[in-house]
Amino acid sequence: MKKLTTPKIDRCIGCHSCSLACARLVHKQISWDTAGIRIKSSGGLTTGFTADHCLACDPAPCAAICPTGAFSQRKGGGVIVKKKLCINCGDCITACPIDAIFQDPAGAVFVCIHCGRCVDFCPHNCLQMEEIHGTTEEEASA
Amino acid sequence: MIRDHFRVLVVNLSTGKGKIAELDGRNSEVGGSGLAALLFNKYGQRDLPWNDPQQPVIFAIGPLTGYYPLMSKTVCSFKSPYHDQYTESHGGGRSALALFFANLDALVIVGRSQRLCALTVSSRSLAIKDVDFMKGMDVDESGKLLRKMSPGSGHRTILRIGPAGESGAAMSCINVDTYRHFGRLGGGGALGAKNLKGIVIHGDAIFSQPDNKEYSKIFAEVYQQITATDMMKKYHNLGTPANLQGLNNIQSLPWRNLQTTSDPAIDKINGERFATDTLLRNSACSGCPVGCIHVGCVREMFDANHRYTFKQVAYDYEPIFSLGTMLGITEPRSVLNILDVMEKTGLDAMSGGVALAWATEATENKLISEKETGVALSFGDAAAYQQATELLATGANDFYRLLGQGSLKAAAEYGGSDFACVLGQEMAGYATGEVFFAAQSLGFRHSHLDSGGYSFDQKHSDQDVSGAIDFLIKDEAGRAFMTSMVSCLFARGVYKNDILAECLQAVGYSDLAATIDTAGAHIQKLRWQTRIATGFAPEYITIPKRFFKITTWKGAIDPVYLNTLKDQYGQAILRLAGE
Repeated sequence: MKKLTTPKIDRCIGCHSCSLACARLVHKQISWDTAGIRIKSSGGLTTGFTADHCLACDPAPCAAICPTGAFSQRKGGGVIVKKKLCINCGDCITACPIDAIFQDPAGAVFVCIHCGRCVDFCPHNCLQMEEIHGTTEEEASA
Repeated sequence: MIRDHFRVLVVNLSTGKGKIAELDGRNSEVGGSGLAALLFNKYGQRDLPWNDPQQPVIFAIGPLTGYYPLMSKTVCSFKSPYHDQYTESHGGGRSALALFFANLDALVIVGRSQRLCALTVSSRSLAIKDVDFMKGMDVDESGKLLRKMSPGSGHRTILRIGPAGESGAAMSCINVDTYRHFGRLGGGGALGAKNLKGIVIHGDAIFSQPDNKEYSKIFAEVYQQITATDMMKKYHNLGTPANLQGLNNIQSLPWRNLQTTSDPAIDKINGERFATDTLLRNSACSGCPVGCIHVGCVREMFDANHRYTFKQVAYDYEPIFSLGTMLGITEPRSVLNILDVMEKTGLDAMSGGVALAWATEATENKLISEKETGVALSFGDAAAYQQATELLATGANDFYRLLGQGSLKAAAEYGGSDFACVLGQEMAGYATGEVFFAAQSLGFRHSHLDSGGYSFDQKHSDQDVSGAIDFLIKDEAGRAFMTSMVSCLFARGVYKNDILAECLQAVGYSDLAATIDTAGAHIQKLRWQTRIATGFAPEYITIPKRFFKITTWKGAIDPVYLNTLKDQYGQAILRLAGE
C-alpha cells in the first residue's frame, strides 16, 4: 500500500497542476479547492510553496471522529472515503490537525485518498507515492 | 462551458457598491482583449481624460481560462496615462485563475475612493477597505500587508501599486503576485487615480468538469505537448534571457541608449551568466506547468560585521535589456539591484530603464545636469541608477515628473528628442530592423508582442513592404484571438487554430470554435476602433532619428524603407478599422 508524499516540495513552482488534476480526475470538477492536495505559499511568494494534503495518520483522527462511517481507517494510514455516507457535518475538518481536508460551501468534504493521480502532473517531480511499511497491495484493495 | 454570456462585476469606488452585469457577446467578443474592448465601450468615456473618476479599469479573462494549461493570463484595459488613449496590458501570476474561480469573466472598477483603499473580491464577497496607512508604501510591504488582511492563501491574487502608481506616473505598473505585472502604459497610475492601492481576488468557486470524453482527451494532448516535448524548453531553461546572446550576435541588442547594437561585454550579462550567477529558483503562473519565472538572488552585506540581507528578484530578457545593456551595466547583480528598486517603487522596468538611458545621454550632451537628475548619471553606474529610480518613481522634481510621463515629454522640454528611444512608448529590446520599428511604433499596445515584427526582421533580409504589412496585420489578428482566450503567448506554438477549436468545442463553445479567424479579425478591428476613438492617429507618431542611425545584421537602417513601412502600416490600420 502506498501513500502520497511531497519529498521535494522545495522544488514546487506553484503551478497548481496537481490540485487541478485531482479535482478534474478524481472529483470531476474544475477547482483548486476540491482536491486532496492544495498548494499555497509558505508565507508569501518569496518563501516557496507548501502542499496541504493528508499525511496518512494511523490511527486517523478524522476517521475516528466521523459519526457515520463516511471516513474509515485505511490500513497503513489515511482514510477510505464513502461519500454516500457523509452527512456534511464537518467534524473531520476540526479533527484534522493539519487542515488537510477541504469542505465546499455545500458541505461536501474532500481529502486525499492516496490514489497518486496527481503525481504525474507535477513538472518538477515534487510528489511521490511511497510504500507504507508493513502493508501489502492486497490490503490496499481490501 | 460555465455560461454562454459574460458575467461581470462592476465596482464603483465612489459609492462603495458593486453590481453584477450579464452581457452577451461570447461568440463575437469572446473574452480577454475582445471583452475588455466591449466593456470599455460600455463603461468608458472616450472624451474624458484618463484620470476622470468615471473611467474604468478592466480585468478580463477568456473562455478557456481555468480549463487548460497556459490559459493563465489576464487582460487589463484602461485609458492610458501615457497617451490618454485606450490600451491593454497583460499579466499572469494567479490573476487569471483567481478571477475564474471568483466566478467572473471580468472585473470593472469605476469611480474614485475618497481615501486610499483596497478592494477584496471573491465569488461570495465584495469589500472595500480603507488602507490610508499604506500611502506611499512600496509594493513589497503593501503586498505583505494585503496578504495578512485577506483570506484565501494560495488561491488568491494580490494586485498592488507602489509610489509610482500613486503619483500618477505614466510608467507605473500594477504588480501581480510579486513576480508578474501589468507593466506597460501606466496601469499603476490608472489605479492610483482611483485611490486604489490594491486588489485581492480570492478564487473560491467550484465548477463541474465538462461531461464528455473529448475534454479529457484534448487536455491530455495539450498537457503532453507542453510538458513532454521540447516546445517550451526555451522558456523554462534559461528563459527569455537566452535572447540576449542571440540578439547581440546579430547586432540587434540595444546598448547604451541604442548607441550600438552589439558589444563583446555580452559575455558578462547573457542568459547563461544570469542563470549561473544569480538564479535561485523558478516559479509559475497558476495553471502553467512551464514555470518560466526566473527568480534571481542578490546578497548584500549591509554592515561590515558580516551582516547580510538578500533580495529575490524575478528577471526576464526585457528588464535585463532595459536596466542592463541599455544602461551599460554588465554585472548581473547590479541589474537585479536596479530592478529591485523598480519593483518596489512600482515602476515599469522596461520604460523606466529606457527613460534613464535617455537621461544619461542627455547628461553626456549637457542638455541636463545633476541639478535636474539629482545624482550624476553615467552609463555603467548602477548605484546612481538605483537612486535615480527612486526619484523617477516619486516624481521628486519637475524633471522627474516630466520624465515619468515619457522620455519624449522630457525631451520636448530639455532637448534630445533625436536620441529618445521611443517607439510609441519606450522601446522594447529588439533593434532588429525596420519592420519591428514600424510595428512597435504603431502597434496597438506598442508592445513587441502585438505582432511578430521582430521575428519578420530576423527572417527577411530583403525589403518587402506589402509582405511585411500583410504579415503584421494577419499576425495581430491571430494574437488578438489568443489574447481573448486568454493564453500566454509563449504557448502560441501549441495552441494552433485547430487545437484551439478542439479545446473550445470540448468545453461547449462549438459556434466559437468554427469562427476563430473571423472572431480574431473582429476583435482586432474593435480594439483599433476603440483606440482611434480615444485619439490614436498614426501621423502623430514619429520615429526618433536614433532608430535611423543604427546598424543591424542587415546593414544600416534604410530610412526610406522604414518611413514607407510606417506610413503604409498606419494606413492599413486605419483601413481595417474602417476609417
